[in-house]
Amino acid sequence: MRRSRLLYVPFWAAYVFLYTPIVVLVVMSFNAGESPYVYEGFSLDWYGVLAQNAKIREGLVNTLIVAVGSTALATVLGTLLAVGLARHTRSRTLDALGVLPAVLPDLVLAIGLLVFYATIKSTLGLHSVLLAHTVFGMAFVTAVVRTRLTGADTSLEEASRDLGATPFTTFLRVTLPQLAPGILAGALLAFTLSIDEFVIAYFTAAPTTPTLPIVIYSMVRFGVTPEINALATLLLLVSFTAVIVTQRMTRLTESLS
Amino acid sequence: MRSRARRSRALGRLVFLGPGLTYLLVLLLVPLALLIAFTVFRRGRFGGVVYEVTGENFARLLDPLYLEIVLGSLKLATIATLIALLIGYPTAYLIAQLPRKWKTIALVAIVLPFWTNFLVRIYAWIILLSGPGLVNSTLLDLGLIDKPLELLYNQGTIVTGLVYSYLPLMVLPLYAAIEKLDPQLREASANLGASPARTFASVTLPLTLPAVFTGCLFVFVPSFGNFIIPELLGGGRSIMVGNLIRDQFLKARDWPFGSTLMLALLAVLIILLLLQAWSARRA
Repeated sequence: MRRSRLLYVPFWAAYVFLYTPIVVLVVMSFNAGESPYVYEGFSLDWYGVLAQNAKIREGLVNTLIVAVGSTALATVLGTLLAVGLARHTRSRTLDALGVLPAVLPDLVLAIGLLVFYATIKSTLGLHSVLLAHTVFGMAFVTAVVRTRLTGADTSLEEASRDLGATPFTTFLRVTLPQLAPGILAGALLAFTLSIDEFVIAYFTAAPTTPTLPIVIYSMVRFGVTPEINALATLLLLVSFTAVIVTQRMTRLTESLS
Repeated sequence: MRSRARRSRALGRLVFLGPGLTYLLVLLLVPLALLIAFTVFRRGRFGGVVYEVTGENFARLLDPLYLEIVLGSLKLATIATLIALLIGYPTAYLIAQLPRKWKTIALVAIVLPFWTNFLVRIYAWIILLSGPGLVNSTLLDLGLIDKPLELLYNQGTIVTGLVYSYLPLMVLPLYAAIEKLDPQLREASANLGASPARTFASVTLPLTLPAVFTGCLFVFVPSFGNFIIPELLGGGRSIMVGNLIRDQFLKARDWPFGSTLMLALLAVLIILLLLQAWSARRA
């Protein structure tokens, strides 16, 4: 089939557009000079400066606590909910509710939670960020596991029931092992999203418990320094790895489109 | 026997659906209900809310000052959406024609940036577009300009940032729709003497129109309420409705009016979602 060569212009433009800023950022992180803009030769100095930055280390620890905690909670709640939605109800409203946090604009969720914490007079801190991140993490775990259940063969579950197993034995010994790759992929997704999440953390964290994205935000607002290039490069590396692993396990791009 | 089966079904429902739905009730539905309730209350003198019903928050929405910001955000989000469509459609179209192996690689390469830290991606544009940055220094070296251009901190930079951030969300639904098209339809059109342009206009485009709407929605929704891109790439001068909402909650501490703005934002998005669902049903 013939196709116009003109189509190749926007096609390549899209990739150049998407990757130029990223490549420049990575190259500048190895800059020997003081400027974040002008390349003056190779060095790892900024990675050294980064390692010394106490604020960033503190942000990283907070981020990891929140990400591990919210992922664990989201994985358990999301897996149970996905099985519940697929096998124990036919309500389309509940189905929609399960994915609502993933489609709701993050600003709405963030401010809703801020207002909620204020109304119940809860203090803000890592606990409030962790509970908030669980809301959208759970939606992604539910969506990924739910997709697996829809296509799954139910004959094994039926056989288990016919042989007299209780619903819980069936769940633990038949459904869960079948779902394991999906659950793992959902958990990895929730973890990656939690590490990168800014808007919700910005509204639900206390000034004394900033997560890494909040630290980056305040650094960028106060002016650009080369150590952010180094930090950004490391974060890119982590996200790229996680996404490629998830892609291998679930064909992520297909289930999202 | 039967009552035991029914009891075990009810127990299963409770154990599987109970925890997740309770969590969503408390940390999603109650917060949303609070936001909606706040729109009819008066603000307290030192922030907070006085539970006294008033219509003044909705009246304020019509203040030209706020209306202008809302319309300005609509404009920027619309431009960003159209540019994303112009780049995204041909990209999705070509990816769908690639051999299987390259298809996956091309698709992953499109979504990869999307899954990386949002602030890092915005920050990369500051590095690129700043006075001594790569774009200016390249143009200077080529002799195309003789002093650095002011590339940062204007509406064009905001649109660039929005397109950059949400382009993958345009490509994915378009790719899925184009991929599903039966190639025989296009062959038939060509055999009947239609030019490639004619085939595109009367076969491919109409069949992928619902996906075009979906992609536009996916780009428009996060663009419209964004507050980080206007702040970091817009230089804080041209604010969008997201900035306005953020400021009502964190600076002005006028929660009832902030909630009303939020409800207006959600109303725009829900209308668009309904339009999209309607167009998908018609197709």
